[in-house]
Amino acid sequence: MDVSQYLEIFLDESKEHLQTLSDQLMILEQEPENMDTINEIFRAAHSLKGMAGTMGYKRMQALTHEMENVFSEVRNNTIKVHDNMVDILFQCLDALEEYVDNIQNTTEEGDNDNEHLVKSLKGILNGHDGEEATKKSTAGSSVSVSEGEKEKWKSIKIGSAEHTVIQAAKEQGKNVLGITVYVQESCILKAARAFLVFKALEELGEIIVSVPAAQDIEDEKFEYDFSMLYVTDSSIEKVAVAVKNVSEIKDAFVAPFEYDDKKAEESSQADVQEAEQKPAKEKSRETAVATQKQDSKKPAASKPVVNRTVRVDIEKLDVLMNLVSELIIAKNSLVAASNTEGTRTAASEHIEYLESVTTNLHESVMKVRMVPIESVVVKFPKMIRDLSKKLDKKMQLFMSGEETELDRTVVDEIGDPLMHLLRNSADHGLESAEARIQRGKPEVGSIYLDAYQDGNNVVIEVRDDGNGIDVEAVKEKALSRGTITPEQAENMSDKDIIDLLFKPSFSTAKQVSDISGRGVGLDVVKSKIESLSGEVEVKTKLGEGSTFIIRLPLTLAIIQALMVEVGYEKYAISLGTIQTIEDIAPEEIKFVQAKEVINLRGAVIPLIRLNEVLDIESSKSPEESLIVVIVKKGDKLAGLVVDELMGQQEIVIKSLSKYINKCKIISGATILGDGEIALILDTNALI
Amino acid sequence: MEELRAAYETTQFIVVKLNDEQYGIDIKYIDNIIRMQQIYRVPKVQQFIKGVINLRGEVIPVISIRAKMGFEQVQETKATRIIIVKLDGNDAVGLIVDEVKEVVTLDASQIEKVSYDAKEEKPNYVPAVGKEKGELISLLDLHTLFAEKENS
Repeated sequence: MDVSQYLEIFLDESKEHLQTLSDQLMILEQEPENMDTINEIFRAAHSLKGMAGTMGYKRMQALTHEMENVFSEVRNNTIKVHDNMVDILFQCLDALEEYVDNIQNTTEEGDNDNEHLVKSLKGILNGHDGEEATKKSTAGSSVSVSEGEKEKWKSIKIGSAEHTVIQAAKEQGKNVLGITVYVQESCILKAARAFLVFKALEELGEIIVSVPAAQDIEDEKFEYDFSMLYVTDSSIEKVAVAVKNVSEIKDAFVAPFEYDDKKAEESSQADVQEAEQKPAKEKSRETAVATQKQDSKKPAASKPVVNRTVRVDIEKLDVLMNLVSELIIAKNSLVAASNTEGTRTAASEHIEYLESVTTNLHESVMKVRMVPIESVVVKFPKMIRDLSKKLDKKMQLFMSGEETELDRTVVDEIGDPLMHLLRNSADHGLESAEARIQRGKPEVGSIYLDAYQDGNNVVIEVRDDGNGIDVEAVKEKALSRGTITPEQAENMSDKDIIDLLFKPSFSTAKQVSDISGRGVGLDVVKSKIESLSGEVEVKTKLGEGSTFIIRLPLTLAIIQALMVEVGYEKYAISLGTIQTIEDIAPEEIKFVQAKEVINLRGAVIPLIRLNEVLDIESSKSPEESLIVVIVKKGDKLAGLVVDELMGQQEIVIKSLSKYINKCKIISGATILGDGEIALILDTNALI
Repeated sequence: MEELRAAYETTQFIVVKLNDEQYGIDIKYIDNIIRMQQIYRVPKVQQFIKGVINLRGEVIPVISIRAKMGFEQVQETKATRIIIVKLDGNDAVGLIVDEVKEVVTLDASQIEKVSYDAKEEKPNYVPAVGKEKGELISLLDLHTLFAEKENS
């Protein structure tokens, strides 16, 4: 059967339900009696079961079925929630996540039966009359409706086109049947079910007309039933069986269609127009089905099973739509203005208007790409819980600012580094409970994840109240590994030493544990963040804890930049990194270790002559005073010497081709208003 | 060149002039041929990359085949062209050539493989030679031309 077109919906919704399960289980662990939570879990498990069943994922269905059973009993107060049970449920959750991952990657659920989980769930149930529960949950759904009302197909209107088809069919001795199908109210993918019914029926005969129309059914525009008139060679029984064989169909009513001339006439008059359209519709439906059939024969595509999508708030799209209409109006008025050859002011007024609209449009499109980091961080509480069990340390995670929005591409990438930092805090940062008590700290360690927006940046902080980084230990380690020489160690500040942690394969954990400290460490976090044009900073105090601060640009696509000229070439410097712009006379330049520095309001700042870095002649003579752009990286400052300032501009970043060897100091290019190309300087690489 | 298939198949090549020699580029890779235009230098990259150009709002790198093949650099002339090629998918690259001459259709009988000396240090950009009206056309293999990352 072909349900691949529903795969995306299935994955999306399963993930949502899994997240609900995870969240609610966390709550349940704290408040085992919370009825709302129990109901919520039951619903999520039930929906997952239904969806997995519909999609034919038997193993997933079996597991969720058992979970549902357990909760049905919890709901009835026959079982009490206890810790052991919550643990098993969390394991189930992991197993379900695995299934969903497998499905996303291969469209198959994999062949792990997770029998032990099913068994443990059954074990929980068996203490309390498990069999009955199963029956109850499956049988409870059928409620009887009176027979006459059920055969809704009797109210189908017949146009002249259908009339002819029915006449012809009767002449050929075929059965003309009326069918009404009821889908179970709990069914999740109604359209998929209806599609399977249609498919089953089309194998046996031909559907003349359906209510609602085939297209509407496909779009799930129906309640729980749909009716149709049907021509077939097969018997009524055979047709009924075919329909009922589709799972999650509650009932189907099939009866011979009594032809009523009077009714036909009435309706044919009313529906002449409609009747003309219907055959065409019917045909398109036919071809649609035919192509779908072909599709199903194709083997499932090997790799990217599901496209990457962004769910967009409808309001954001409305804003976009409005802006586009305004843009059109502005364009039209410009056209009008140019035609009338009126005063120039009119044109410039319209151009100003156009400018403001395009700026807004720009912003809105950017916003559409923004998604809250919530989608990434929601899975962390469970992770910390698991870690807490695994490491046998008591800890709690506090999160804030989950609603902070970032560009989709950044959000997709930020998960792993954050997870790594959290694990790091849990494993290395927090002390064991005994040590904590000794030090007079609360027994339960705290880890904080705070996100907030700061100007053009988003800041994410991972903080713990653990031991902090032992600078001396890091230094010793670096010395013993030969990363630094003893002389270097003498001169290094604490900050320099902490930076060593970000060097490849540097782990301070005395013991390599399962959770972190395998050598793939902070250096990976750092390079990942830097690849997203962000930066990482550490603040730590021995005995009190450490804070990892990640600073990310709001968006990767468009930035505010200062345009500068170096030797007649144009370059852009991201405004976010610029502190001030200074005018420096040549005699103010001092030398420290043969390097040029300036003393700016008490701070000694190294100078970087961009023309030298960029291999180009400066357009200025040495006697002239220098234009110095002071940029910041972390808490380091540097002065970039440029020839000319051109002003501030919003620029769209274009990546340089992969054929160009990664040039560290150039992070991309942009096209200016007049078609010229300016390269974007990565000041982080310069300092 | 893996494209040189069975005898009955023919391949079209665009013939370009470089250093007074004729080179052929398989037409299926060619997206566009444009006149010389303003090239913006990119500092600190491979020396055969002349810079980037703005082609209808896209930033596209431009490679000098002369530099790549080790020929001397010459002033551009009126005949100088940039050939925009797309190798795999959407990443376009511009190739500077001295002149674009014509399009030829060669069948397998007109294409001769060039034996390649394994001791040769430089990669072989010309794995085959085409013969057309008594003239020789060196057929460029763009894949090898772009594959290795030479240091500047």
